[in-house]
Amino acid sequence: MILVYLIAILITGSVFALIAGKRSHVWPRVIALVSLSIDLILVIFCATNQTSPDNKWLVDYKLSWIPEFGISLHLALDGLSLVLLLLTLFLGIISVIISWKEINSRVGFFHFNLLLILAGIIGVFLSLDLFLFYFFWELMLVPMYFLIGIWGHENRIKASNKFFLYTQASGLLMFISILALFFVHGRDAGSYTFDYMQLLGTKMPAATGLLIMSGFLAAFLVKLPVVPLHNWLPDAHSEAPTAGSLILAALLLKTGAYGLLRFIVPLFPSASVTFAPIGMLLGVIGILYGAKLAFAQTDLKRLVAYTSVSHMGFVILGVFSFNELAYQGVVMQMVAHGISTGALFILAGQLYERIHTRDLDKMGGFWENAPIMGAMGLIFSMASLGLPGLGNFIAELLILIGAFKTSALMACLASLGLIAATIYSLRIVQKVFLGNKNYNGEMIDLNIREKLVFASLVIVIVGLGLFPKPLFNIAGPAIIKTLDSHKEEITKDDGISKNDADGENIYIFKISK
Amino acid sequence: MTATDFLSLAPLLIIAIAPVVIMIVISVLRNYEVVYGFSILSLLFAFSSIFFIIPVIPHSIEPLFNIDIYSLFFVGIIIFSALLVTLISYEYIKNLEGVREEYYIILFTSTLGASLLAVANHFILFFTGIETLSISLYILIAFQRSKDSSIEAGIKYLILASVSSAFLLFGMALIYAATGTMQFAGIFSAISNNGQLSPLVISGFGMMMVGIGFKLALVPFHMWTPDVYQGAPAPVAAFIATASKGAVMAVLIRFFFIIRGFDNHNFFIVISAIAILSMFTGNILAIRQQNIKRLLAYSSIANMGYLIVILLTGSNKGIQASVFYIISYFITTLGAFGVVSLLSTCKYETDKIEDYRGLFWKRPWVALVFTLSLLSLAGIPVTAGFIAKFYIIFEGMKAGLMILVISMIVNSVIGLYYYLRVITAMFSPASETKLPASSLSGNIALAVITLSILILGIYPGWLINIIMKFVTL
Repeated sequence: MILVYLIAILITGSVFALIAGKRSHVWPRVIALVSLSIDLILVIFCATNQTSPDNKWLVDYKLSWIPEFGISLHLALDGLSLVLLLLTLFLGIISVIISWKEINSRVGFFHFNLLLILAGIIGVFLSLDLFLFYFFWELMLVPMYFLIGIWGHENRIKASNKFFLYTQASGLLMFISILALFFVHGRDAGSYTFDYMQLLGTKMPAATGLLIMSGFLAAFLVKLPVVPLHNWLPDAHSEAPTAGSLILAALLLKTGAYGLLRFIVPLFPSASVTFAPIGMLLGVIGILYGAKLAFAQTDLKRLVAYTSVSHMGFVILGVFSFNELAYQGVVMQMVAHGISTGALFILAGQLYERIHTRDLDKMGGFWENAPIMGAMGLIFSMASLGLPGLGNFIAELLILIGAFKTSALMACLASLGLIAATIYSLRIVQKVFLGNKNYNGEMIDLNIREKLVFASLVIVIVGLGLFPKPLFNIAGPAIIKTLDSHKEEITKDDGISKNDADGENIYIFKISK
Repeated sequence: MTATDFLSLAPLLIIAIAPVVIMIVISVLRNYEVVYGFSILSLLFAFSSIFFIIPVIPHSIEPLFNIDIYSLFFVGIIIFSALLVTLISYEYIKNLEGVREEYYIILFTSTLGASLLAVANHFILFFTGIETLSISLYILIAFQRSKDSSIEAGIKYLILASVSSAFLLFGMALIYAATGTMQFAGIFSAISNNGQLSPLVISGFGMMMVGIGFKLALVPFHMWTPDVYQGAPAPVAAFIATASKGAVMAVLIRFFFIIRGFDNHNFFIVISAIAILSMFTGNILAIRQQNIKRLLAYSSIANMGYLIVILLTGSNKGIQASVFYIISYFITTLGAFGVVSLLSTCKYETDKIEDYRGLFWKRPWVALVFTLSLLSLAGIPVTAGFIAKFYIIFEGMKAGLMILVISMIVNSVIGLYYYLRVITAMFSPASETKLPASSLSGNIALAVITLSILILGIYPGWLINIIMKFVTL
């Protein structure tokens, strides 16, 4: 029940924020902060008190919703969702704080949308019923559309429409696939249900599996995004208000990565192996192409947006490597990228508040007057380029090692991305904080509120870099569970008994075949 | 006729008696409020009478009427939509010059015609219902006699609807000539005995399809829709889009399923083609519209395209899906047209997208209802439209109609594009248009609609359960 409360609290909070917004500008912010904090406390409580009888899930809750179609309100929490939930709520709180001064119009409606998006994201991370999952997947969309369309920058309308159409179109493909899976499973097993646990291990012919998987892939790869489908991202990210960019980059993209791990790999074990070489290739292309485009940008927010494309390339590379190391890296990358890119977007937003431009050519030499801001910029640029000691380094290293086991060539190509990352990250520092002064106005350093935000972000990113072990411990069982259900299927499918080839060798065998 | 016969026709009788009473009242005392109040009460009375006759059904009055749960469902939603249309008409009609009270008389007769279609089991009643409905609609559409566009729309509808009625009637005559019966079940047994369909029967069905296609505004018989919607007073457009189309759909589904039209390969292909064409034409033409009423007209063409996919599923589950879809479509369309009606006056129809700019900041509540309705038309979760579309896609996939399902999906995306245009306009900087204050009754209607959209979107289980238990043919 506690998981339902998590979502219910945010939705109730959003309605209260909307009502309170009529009277004052402060109350919606306070309500948002309070409801997010309550959620955070509840999640931490969940994490420390396991209530589910079996060891697979920390909390497992199921309630009938539309029994006529085999749809239930099935929510469950495991290590993977726990990590992402903590990230969501932490960044949710940050996004309320950074909007404190930036958003001054229609404050109630803003926080209404903000809380609804977060409720949708939490729902996505918790749903174990595919219909419910799709429900939340779409629920995130409309408020995000409003967030970009109302409070965004100059080209906000175009960006928000593009965002909506891309995600909705790909989401509908996933919807068809969900239904197809439902029927395939129903005919096979005799029970028609959308329940994830029962759909696991559905037997289907290879061609059907590929077809159904491609619908899911469409939705997740657009969200992630993977290179040919990334077109909505730079527009949406750069036109959104700071909180919007933060949520888009740090959380919404993660729903795509989460979908790959939670649904693609366990539900379509053999089809995903067939797709793996293409998936890895797409990952490498994303890493290099995203980095190249990032380097070419003159708009700071667009630049950061393209770095996301590059970083998310590592995620898909890792997911299709099918081994524990890579998956630990993927989870770490999801969190670390959320923090570091989020921080860069916050920085871009604060610069915009001060100098009202995002153009890199009009910046420069800010270090002199704003050293603290400069230092923050430096830290998170370093995180972005993968400096040892910060979270992103661990993540990318693990993914590369994991990918190397599966495909040495892809891993080598992907590691070139680290060099590209160095170039564009240093360019941020160079153009914004060092170099010639192209901006004549006054530059004010961070105030207390902003310092607090950055302090918390720095603590997290350094913490992840120096003490990654707790994160691995939380996410570990979930990852092994995912890989196990995947492995069982593969060995069954190919008729190779487990003794013939153990663990990862199977995948090398499969892929090289 | 026995007492049970009368009882089972209670809702229809109430709707038939009410306009007569109104006529008498008007001849004594012409008072808008009295007539309005009486109309609302009679509709509520008719609606609640449905629950009292459940014990006596299924009941058929040979040879014309067949009153079962299926028809009661449709009678119920037709009366319900008439009620909502009455609620949103209050301000609009009140400010008309000249006669106003007669509007409600004609609204009743058209509701009666629509309800007759829902219980029809025989060509005679089928045709009587359609004519009662159409003739009332000619008057309703042209009700604003001082306005050229209204007259134009009325005449357009008059001509096209009479032509289509002629087609329908001729088709019926041909089928009667071939089979010797006008009862749906009788027609089925006559044509199934012969094995091969005779050319007479085929051309009869073809002509009927033309007639029905006109009434439902399916492509290629859809040309009249945008003009009529645009010219008609907004509440009347709401009535045409919902009650009139829903009733024709009710009789079409019954007829088609009784004669098992989905078993015939040619019907199958023709209906599929019409469905796909309607979806694409409706949605693609809607994209460039600058006028909300035209946009909604095209969107209704597309929606009818989605709906007739159900004809091909050939199962009771399909009928159940269509009932749910029609309920959701009624509510949603009434929401959209309700907003247009509340913001329009008889002098100025607020129907350009431009007029809606900044509605979010001027009239947040109305804009919210409009947004919800549009999102529901687009089939976004949390709204009734999502579950409805899901239901149809679900049944379509179950019946293996993959091409139709995929074109529904493609069209959902196209549709989203123009709904978004309207929503985007609503939160852009405000326009100069002056909007009338909305009346209490209009707001009640919008509140009912909003609640229904959300309830059916979030917790549809109870309704689906009822439909699955009771609605069969």
